Amino acid sequence: MSTLTQAPTTEGRTYPSYSRSLARRVLATREFAVIGLFVLVYVFSTATIDNFSSPLTLYYLFLDNIPILLIALPMAAVIVTGEIDLSVASIVGLSSCLVGLLHVDAGLSMGAAIGLALLAGVVAGAFNGFLVAYVGLPSLAVTIGTLALYRGIAEGLLGTQAKTDFPQGWKDLATAQLGNASPYPVVLLLVAVLAVLFAWMLHFSSFGRGIFEIGLNDEAAHFTGVNVARTKLTLFVLSGVVSALAGVYYTLRYGSARGDNATGMELQVIAAVLLGGVSIFGGRGALHGVLAGVLLIGVIRSAMTLEGLTVNVTNIVIGALLVASVISTSLLAWFATVRARRASGSRSGPTTAAGKRSLSN
Amino acid sequence: MAAATLVLEDVSKSFGAVRALRSASLTVQPGSIHALVGENGAGKSTLIKIVAGVHRRDGGVFELNGEAADFSSTAESKAAGVAVIYQEPTLFPDLDVSENIFMGRQPGSTLRIDKQRMYAEAAALFERLGVAIDPRRPAKGLSIADQQILEIAKAISLDASLLIMDEPTAALSGVEVERLFTVARQLRDEGRGIVFISHRFEEVFDLCDTVSVMRDGEYVSTETIAETSVEAIVAKMVGREVAELFPKTPAEIGDVVLDVQGLTSPGQFRDVTFQVRAGEIVGLAGLVGAGRSEIARAVFGVDGYSAGRVSLNGAAVAKQNPRSAISAGIAFIPEDRRKQGLVTEGSVARNVAGVIRTGLSRLGVLTSRAENRAAGPWAAKLEVKTSALDMRAATMSGGNQQKVVIAKWLVTQPKLLIIDEPTRGIDVGTKSEVHRLLSDLAGQGMAILMISSELPEVLGMADRVLVVCEGRITADIARDEATPENVMHAATHRDGHVAGATHSAAAGSADSQEVTA
Repeated sequence: MSTLTQAPTTEGRTYPSYSRSLARRVLATREFAVIGLFVLVYVFSTATIDNFSSPLTLYYLFLDNIPILLIALPMAAVIVTGEIDLSVASIVGLSSCLVGLLHVDAGLSMGAAIGLALLAGVVAGAFNGFLVAYVGLPSLAVTIGTLALYRGIAEGLLGTQAKTDFPQGWKDLATAQLGNASPYPVVLLLVAVLAVLFAWMLHFSSFGRGIFEIGLNDEAAHFTGVNVARTKLTLFVLSGVVSALAGVYYTLRYGSARGDNATGMELQVIAAVLLGGVSIFGGRGALHGVLAGVLLIGVIRSAMTLEGLTVNVTNIVIGALLVASVISTSLLAWFATVRARRASGSRSGPTTAAGKRSLSN
Repeated sequence: MAAATLVLEDVSKSFGAVRALRSASLTVQPGSIHALVGENGAGKSTLIKIVAGVHRRDGGVFELNGEAADFSSTAESKAAGVAVIYQEPTLFPDLDVSENIFMGRQPGSTLRIDKQRMYAEAAALFERLGVAIDPRRPAKGLSIADQQILEIAKAISLDASLLIMDEPTAALSGVEVERLFTVARQLRDEGRGIVFISHRFEEVFDLCDTVSVMRDGEYVSTETIAETSVEAIVAKMVGREVAELFPKTPAEIGDVVLDVQGLTSPGQFRDVTFQVRAGEIVGLAGLVGAGRSEIARAVFGVDGYSAGRVSLNGAAVAKQNPRSAISAGIAFIPEDRRKQGLVTEGSVARNVAGVIRTGLSRLGVLTSRAENRAAGPWAAKLEVKTSALDMRAATMSGGNQQKVVIAKWLVTQPKLLIIDEPTRGIDVGTKSEVHRLLSDLAGQGMAILMISSELPEVLGMADRVLVVCEGRITADIARDEATPENVMHAATHRDGHVAGATHSAAAGSADSQEVTA
């Protein structure tokens, strides 16, 4: 005990690193439940639905879901901080219009047009982030506003027309397959690279630990030296630029730049992120669950479409799944508190009991 | 003689495998103030919750005013005349004070609330308690002391025969404590029974008639205050003799580490100048709200300041930038553990490694393994009680949480440790551990700035006491000259000159010029 200021040696008490076994830590998680459900639905669909297992089905499943996969990455991080970005689909539309205008009308090269569209995504995200992180406005209100604002700009720029005159080579890039008759589009590589980068940022970096701390307790994060405002700004900028990238993909894939491209996609993204186990209150979630969440919804849609069910039925099923997932989270949390209370006696009780009591007065 | 207000005998309660109460007993007579003391985890809270109707007992006798009682809800307990006042009452902030008191039983008919009558009744209650609170003001913005008064007013309006106060003074300043005590004595004289739970012995001895001690879920003893002493009670609480609660050992005082010059923040504090030297514990005393915590927050950079300078070992520390303060070698343990000190939903390991984690990355990759390896030995050094490093801090007791916060900052190997209310709400055993630790750290040459509302703690631990009053440092008193009287005098008199003050502010700044030149 003589040298408290020095790093202690390993003498004395040691603690196990984990309170649960490896198997339970991996398997008994929300993320694993989503992955399991995804595999289940996938295997079931393959076995029972004609043509589901054909490479083409999978190929279109990926093509359709790539924008959602892309945007879900930064969205997960934004929601982990306890914020939300509803303007992503509008940024997709804005970026799509810019690519069309700058290439087709202004005659810029595709590279330059894409670069400027991405830059617009950075600016749009930075504007959201500035209002949320530095002005201190609630992100829900800010991004509802910019959802309308960015969509308005996009539709104002292009009106009702569509720009379709894009080079075939670029359009092919968006739909190219990895190898002959492979179900995997080349763009999936881009998604994979970004997924690895975001996984590193969120789960294997000091910055990522800060993201979770902000979501759990932003004041304590501030007292620990986390730059709360800058972290949030960074995440909104990332959300903006990745949405713009999704907009570029969207334009090339359908060969059409329109102001109303991807309308409503923000809710699809958020639904998938929440289904994947990210808490809407912040502080909880993991990227593998988010990816599984996107794919789960994608597989369900694809399977039900192949079965000839209408979009309405599909939406009802996905809606029910989301509600069920929210309920299951609350149930699990309730079980956990009951167990914890049994295990630790009254220790964790005082504050909650006091709070409840006064509220019930 | 009337029946006892409260009788608990041989009460037991288990939560799963954990026996929170083995055989707890407590008898409170009407017209008395009964102190209930014990270390954290001794079972006080569980016992109170049984009386309040939060938990049901497994066995034993429970009588209220001579009648057998068994509550399955807080409403039943309230209807039977039990009122519990918590450390931090939760009110409806947007409703006015009277509405909070009469919530759910407002005077008037079913369709209409008779506001005038409600205000009049509230005003009458406040007058009876001798406090000046406007019945029409919203509850938002009331001090914690006033919120407690509100709860007491509510209890009186319900004509509660038993009032339980669970650490009511933890967040109060001296004047507020006095006012609360006046009210408590008045209620006692009206013949009500009062149970007072506190970790502060001077208050127990000041206020109470009788004291019961609990340890490990069991009844230990009941004595009248006049026939016992602090040492005897502490010995009973911990089951062993505690040699000294405040074991500051003299340390060699070195060079100036922290130098604060003319720090000013409008409305918070003004022209604050002081130094802390290596090996020195400087106590920052004063009333709650005098600006002590605000000064500490500004030094560390979580808040800004409009004028002045902070330097550490002669190098300026950037303002409003905790990161820069951390890299300069400042550690700050804030007063509110759960909100500011740690992420309660985070694991022990991530909390302990929270400040240094950037340095734990390899090639930019930070793993849980690296965090665990860094956190484990420090948790062990501070004897944190946890079953594994991934346990959430929220599951731990206050004392253990405080150890986690201290570990988190000692990991950074700071030159200056700022600690705000080092032992608030933690039990006697851990308290003396923390005191010994601070003493050891100073002995190894760390500069320590300690803010405390507990005068004995300040007087026992500090080499030098700086007293803050209304945002200004009004006295700088050396350890030998510091007495409760002169510290309290300086804390309540802004321009008062204090007998025995050795350093004046002018002498302080002369020192600093020497250092910064």
